[in-house]
Amino acid sequence: MTGFILSKLLRAFITLLLTVSLVFIFIRFSGDPAAAMAPPDAPQEVIDQYAEKLGLDKPLWVQYTNYLGQIFRGDFGHSVDSGRSSVSLFLDRLPATLYLGGFSLLIALTVGISLGTVAALNRGNFLDRGVMAFSVFAFAMPNFLFGLAVILIGALGFQTYLGGQGASISWVGVLPPALTLGLASTGSYARFSRSSLLETINKPFLLAAEARGISRTRRLIFHAMPNAAIPLVTLIGLSLGGLIAGSVVTEQVFAWPGVGQLLVRSVATRDIATVQFIVLAIAGTMVVANLLVDFLYLIIDPRIRVQ
Amino acid sequence: MSDRYKSFERLSTPLVVKLALGFVVVFVLFALFGQLLSPHEFRATSLFDRLKPPIGFGGTWTYPLGTDGRGRDLLVRLALGAQITLIVAIVGTLVGAVLGSLLGIIAAAKRGPLEALIIGAVDVQASLPIIVVALFVLAVFNSSFTLFLLLVGLNGWEVYARLMRGAVLSAKEHGYVMAIRALGASSFRIYFRHIFPNVLNIVLVQFTINLPLTVLLETALSFLGLGVQPPLTSLGQIMSEGRDRLLTAWWLTLFPGLIIFFLALSISIIGDWVRDRLDPTLRSEK
Repeated sequence: MTGFILSKLLRAFITLLLTVSLVFIFIRFSGDPAAAMAPPDAPQEVIDQYAEKLGLDKPLWVQYTNYLGQIFRGDFGHSVDSGRSSVSLFLDRLPATLYLGGFSLLIALTVGISLGTVAALNRGNFLDRGVMAFSVFAFAMPNFLFGLAVILIGALGFQTYLGGQGASISWVGVLPPALTLGLASTGSYARFSRSSLLETINKPFLLAAEARGISRTRRLIFHAMPNAAIPLVTLIGLSLGGLIAGSVVTEQVFAWPGVGQLLVRSVATRDIATVQFIVLAIAGTMVVANLLVDFLYLIIDPRIRVQ
Repeated sequence: MSDRYKSFERLSTPLVVKLALGFVVVFVLFALFGQLLSPHEFRATSLFDRLKPPIGFGGTWTYPLGTDGRGRDLLVRLALGAQITLIVAIVGTLVGAVLGSLLGIIAAAKRGPLEALIIGAVDVQASLPIIVVALFVLAVFNSSFTLFLLLVGLNGWEVYARLMRGAVLSAKEHGYVMAIRALGASSFRIYFRHIFPNVLNIVLVQFTINLPLTVLLETALSFLGLGVQPPLTSLGQIMSEGRDRLLTAWWLTLFPGLIIFFLALSISIIGDWVRDRLDPTLRSEK
């Protein structure tokens, strides 16, 4: 088991190192940063000075180790626009994104799993068909279209503008974007929990439980559902890891002041330091979430420990 | 008995699938020939005809679907946008399928450090959602249509690579591969002439999952203003231009939005149906 944990840790570390290296290569080969920073008509000496200041005159592998060293110390560079460090810009925006993402995950989990359970228990009839139709609908609906529809309904039906919360993040204000963001994952949770529960229901141990005279409700809640929930852990881990990345479009539609909005704005203004840090942060959360899922399996599914 | 009857029933095409196929055919025809429906040019502006509503909402037959804020005909712009979205979706999905499958086959065939490198790349891609990769690359490089096509194409390559590697690794152990190898066939012949046709199903199934996602990625990036750049246009880009006028000129967002939605919906319905027939293991589940 120690071997399993160590190999997972090593793989996570290598993934992160590869990501950092790729980011370095892309930034380094995209153009001459010194020429980009210097004024347009600057003579060659000025550009060289910039290059020296940035360490661009050194061999590539020295630049690479310097870059790794900086990242290891937590120095991810400064935004060209505001001069603030990219980390602090990110941290400013993080609470709004976590609030939105957390709410949408909560909606997706509760609504999705309930729908999936209802569908599995009514397999083949109109309830099941309805839930499956909903999950196909949720998958195909682009979140920018759904978000705009929500804003339109709010404006025409309730005379309130649901977008543009600005700095004031409220309990009610988070609902429209959270619904939008959670729609697609609600569909996939419904679909996934339905098929997982159907698979479990047909297993021999549930037949054995029925033979022992255990009631239907008890069989469902204490025997079928915990077993059916095991594969869902992977899906939840993925959603947690994708929390920041998933909200990019939704934040843009609702003018939600989160990391996604910062990312799009930084891409538009070519604020490389900020973009780079957000990319690394997203990769980091994904890798950590995957690690947590792997370790969680050790705890909740004893069968893995035996292997 | 009932199972056999069920699988017989599957042979007839369900109505939803027929509708979905119908929509896709109409969409493709619209993308190819839609520009002929309108006498206007997609860039032609007309300051006297700004924000004209569609027919039925006070519009005239000059502009059947209305005009945008610069007086450009929405019908012809939607036709061009549909064309671009179609090209990006098909080329993009193909790029990912070919690249991913090739890397997967190479990893399984060569083993050793090359395989480790490919697995590493798959891990990196799996930890970075494609929209983030696309945003990063668009921040670093100048946006161009070719770059955008490649980026959209990267969508899902890691899934193809992982699936193909697994399938080829298990196919290598089959008797038929050993037989061909014993007959002295070259590696290239073994992998592409004999193993590949046997694992092709997996690529096709993944293709049907990937195609609607590619449509959604293209439209999302264009909606963010980072995809297809003016004067060219795509369905997502038309939506993003109309977004500021959501309440006054709803047709600018509603029409492209509905086309995107029904396109993604139709492709996934058809994909589900194709998947059921290609993958016999899924049949027992429903």
